[in-house]
Amino acid sequence: MALLEVRDLTVVFQRRGEEPFRAVDGVSFDVEPGQTVGLVGESGCGKSVTSLAIMGLLPKRGATVTGTVTYDGTDLLKLSDKQMRDKRGSELGMVFQDPLSSLNPVIPIGIQVTEVLERHRGLARKEAMIEAKNLLDKVGIPDPNRRLKEYPHQLSGGMRQRALIAIALACRPKLLIADEPTTALDVTIQAQILSLMKELVQDLGTALVMITHDLGVVAGLCDEVNVLYGGKVVEKANRHPLFAEPRHPYTHGLLSSIPRLDAAPGEKLTPIKGSVADNIPWAQGCAFAPRCPNALDVCVQVTPAEEDQLGRLLRCHNPVVPGTPAAEEVPV
Amino acid sequence: MLRYTIRRLVQLVGVVLVLSLLLFAWMRLLPGGPVSALLGERATPESREALTKQLGLDQPIIVQYFKFLGRAASGDFGVSTGVQPGDSALEIFLQRFPATIELSFFAIVIAIAIGVPLGYLAAKRRGGWFDNLSVIGSLIGVAVPVFFLAYVLKDAASVGLGLPSQGRQGDINATRVTGFFTLDGILTGEFDATLDALEHLILPSIALATIPFAVIFRITRAAVLDVLDEDFVRTAESKGLTAPLIRRRHVMRNAMLPVVTTIGLQTGALLSGAVLTEKVFSIPGVGQALAIGFERRDYPVLLLLIIMATIVYVVVNLLVDLSYALIDPRIRTR
Repeated sequence: MALLEVRDLTVVFQRRGEEPFRAVDGVSFDVEPGQTVGLVGESGCGKSVTSLAIMGLLPKRGATVTGTVTYDGTDLLKLSDKQMRDKRGSELGMVFQDPLSSLNPVIPIGIQVTEVLERHRGLARKEAMIEAKNLLDKVGIPDPNRRLKEYPHQLSGGMRQRALIAIALACRPKLLIADEPTTALDVTIQAQILSLMKELVQDLGTALVMITHDLGVVAGLCDEVNVLYGGKVVEKANRHPLFAEPRHPYTHGLLSSIPRLDAAPGEKLTPIKGSVADNIPWAQGCAFAPRCPNALDVCVQVTPAEEDQLGRLLRCHNPVVPGTPAAEEVPV
Repeated sequence: MLRYTIRRLVQLVGVVLVLSLLLFAWMRLLPGGPVSALLGERATPESREALTKQLGLDQPIIVQYFKFLGRAASGDFGVSTGVQPGDSALEIFLQRFPATIELSFFAIVIAIAIGVPLGYLAAKRRGGWFDNLSVIGSLIGVAVPVFFLAYVLKDAASVGLGLPSQGRQGDINATRVTGFFTLDGILTGEFDATLDALEHLILPSIALATIPFAVIFRITRAAVLDVLDEDFVRTAESKGLTAPLIRRRHVMRNAMLPVVTTIGLQTGALLSGAVLTEKVFSIPGVGQALAIGFERRDYPVLLLLIIMATIVYVVVNLLVDLSYALIDPRIRTR
């Protein structure tokens, strides 16, 4: 049985006097123990909201979450606030995007690590400090005894993210959710952090849900990839087939908009035209249709269903045929 | 930190010197003067002149000022001409200062004890009925004049609740040690005196606390709203920490900075509010002495009391600045 089974997860935001907004629209995916699953998409596709819904971190008012999130046999969405607090930090860990703002600026790093150990493992402050030192050591922070006494502003960006990873993994969770963990970091640090995460989840046997807009991150890390668009999964495949033969025009577009080192001189980059603001509601057809080079008439009339086709789950009326060049070339 | 404190205290000396000069000149620009106040309108020119000479008011202001400074250096701040004629200004200050400090202290304690938790709860329930109700309540708190509320409390609450409608008077039958009624009772073991003093402080402190309460409430609410949106609060939630720990360590610790600043600034408002409150509840404090002192142009008493109030204000705000460093490590390392 899968460690985490997300079924028809839907999150609707409702502000007073505004139309309800479906940020996540019937997302389903599984995470096997120890597996790394990617949620990929551009800003506003619902990937972060999905992760917050799984963790029970969405605001209680204004956000309606439906569907099921079955973790180890229990539906997390049905747990009480207290039961959820017992799970968070111990069985479910999370790493966030901006390491500086994600750490409390007025509390020493040490306390921010030990408080989770004290809460879930019942350690006394002294034991927790020893454990915290080991944790910082493990995530590659040099001179951990000194760092424990320091404050977030005294650490570099990479070190802060390492500290956050140490916090998230302190109680050896079975599932770690990482929401764009490398976006705020320098490119050189990004690679270090990713290989650290890869190593740690392998050592601990932790399953990882990696949320990112960066396909490079996915390529290096994920076993299975879910591509999200407009709150729905549009393509779900294993890493290799996805990169080798992207079928959904959106995935195809994402891949062709990345500069490649092996590209011939003068070869053009192909961005996806338009922005998420051009989306049409899923109820009227395919949300991506207005931006899609493959769009047919049917795409703005019938909502594509999630279907098992071409060896993967796909939500598209007119998938990309392997070997097709990008539809429209734009000089960069 | 020590150097910073010393520098601030040296600045304080400068502030006091400049302020005393300004006050000195400004009070003499007011129409009337101690001579008219003491002798009345129909005094003969001869007696006026004699008293003017006796009080040293015939000399140029700048000479008077330096004479004052010279005497002040040896602890002589002159003799009262209006509040308690014949008593030294210092004596009057020492008699009355404790009552005002007691009143202000209890008022600010009440304002903080209610304003901070209420501000937190209102922010947590933003947009709910509790939030709306307490925001309206705090507006009323700011809008209602102190003296009006003081009279209402005095008349309504003292009758309804049987609380004393006046402040503790100086003629109390208890041993005096520090001059602070509440403290003396504890020090001498006369606990009934402390209890009695506290009872007398309830209504005046509440009257004086309303404005600082309302301001502290609003600032706390705004600060907590800001902090609740911060990423690190979400991180704390993702650790599964208990709600009270998140509130104390992650939310309030970060929200306290603007609140502490406000508390410091409110001591100024407190001192001016004390003038009205002491008048209404007949508390023999600095405020009452200031009111009488202005009516009767009692230069020495006014000068000393205003300077002392300034020193209290500056010192409180120095403590506030120093407490920043305790709250926020980013200020410490700077």
